[in-house]
Amino acid sequence: MSIVIYIAVMALTTYLIRAIPFVAVRGKIKSRFFQSVLYYMPYAVLSAMTFPAIFYATGDILTSSAGTVVALLMAYFNLPLIAVALGSSAAAFLMDLIMNLIVGSW
Amino acid sequence: MNKDFKRGMYHGLPIMLGYLGVSFGFGILAIQKNLLILAAVGISVTNLTSAGQVAGVGVIAAGGSLMEMILCQIVINLRYSLMSLSLSQKLDKSYTLPHRLITAYGITDEIFALAVAQPEPLKPAYMYGLIFTPFIGWTAGTLLGATAGNLLPASVTTAMSLMLYGMFIAIILPPARKDRKIFFVIFLAACFSVLLRFLLRIGDGFAIIIAAVLSSVITALLFPVEQKEAGE
Repeated sequence: MSIVIYIAVMALTTYLIRAIPFVAVRGKIKSRFFQSVLYYMPYAVLSAMTFPAIFYATGDILTSSAGTVVALLMAYFNLPLIAVALGSSAAAFLMDLIMNLIVGSW
Repeated sequence: MNKDFKRGMYHGLPIMLGYLGVSFGFGILAIQKNLLILAAVGISVTNLTSAGQVAGVGVIAAGGSLMEMILCQIVINLRYSLMSLSLSQKLDKSYTLPHRLITAYGITDEIFALAVAQPEPLKPAYMYGLIFTPFIGWTAGTLLGATAGNLLPASVTTAMSLMLYGMFIAIILPPARKDRKIFFVIFLAACFSVLLRFLLRIGDGFAIIIAAVLSSVITALLFPVEQKEAGE
């Protein structure tokens, strides 16, 4: 099958998933329960995407955990998004270097 | 240039940098699965999503059916429906149907997270700016990864895979410090997510949907928010 068809089907499916609720829901939702669910939803989605995935994002639990701890600390002190993102990568990178040094010196 | 568009572009910069790293990896992966550079970039331009694209390339490489492709994308990307629904409640009055149709293309996890955290209703120009810079990062990263992925040391590219998660934490932790209800929903969602994946062995796409819906419904029942907290 042509790859163009695959890509077109993939793109259309992804687009419709995004567009249908965005276009169909015009008015404000009045129910207090639904408002509450929608208020909490973004935090819940981001949390479910981050945990547990962040602990094996680099393929190694030790370097990922180093990055996680640094991200939590930096975010706790309200540092900007990009600083936290780079800081957690840098921590994972350094942990990898340290581990290699330790293993190398054996 | 419109100042809302500029502000959106500026807010999108950290996402752009994060996307450069992630899409770099996608570019490498697509080439490993024998896709052409043009196909890899074409997928990124038309889909603008990470997990869905990786799975889609898997289906293409395995010569899967179109039905498999559709189901796969629905399961992995269904969370976007929740995000679209949530964002639809936060739109400025200037959001006409054409603007909605264009903006819908660019609703990703990160763009949603920043948009929903804005204090004021969302204007189309702001959203276009917020989508534009990450789009450039996503496309450029895919192109770079597909053409030059082997030039960077693996230790750098793997460490970069943490960037987006670091950013997610930076988004959810500060409000959780101020509001215990938010801390509760984050904690609950993380617990469900871990349980669903490790105990019930549910795949990533479904695990995210179930964990997010369960935890926000439970939190909404226990701690319904006041009208003014819920936005506007």
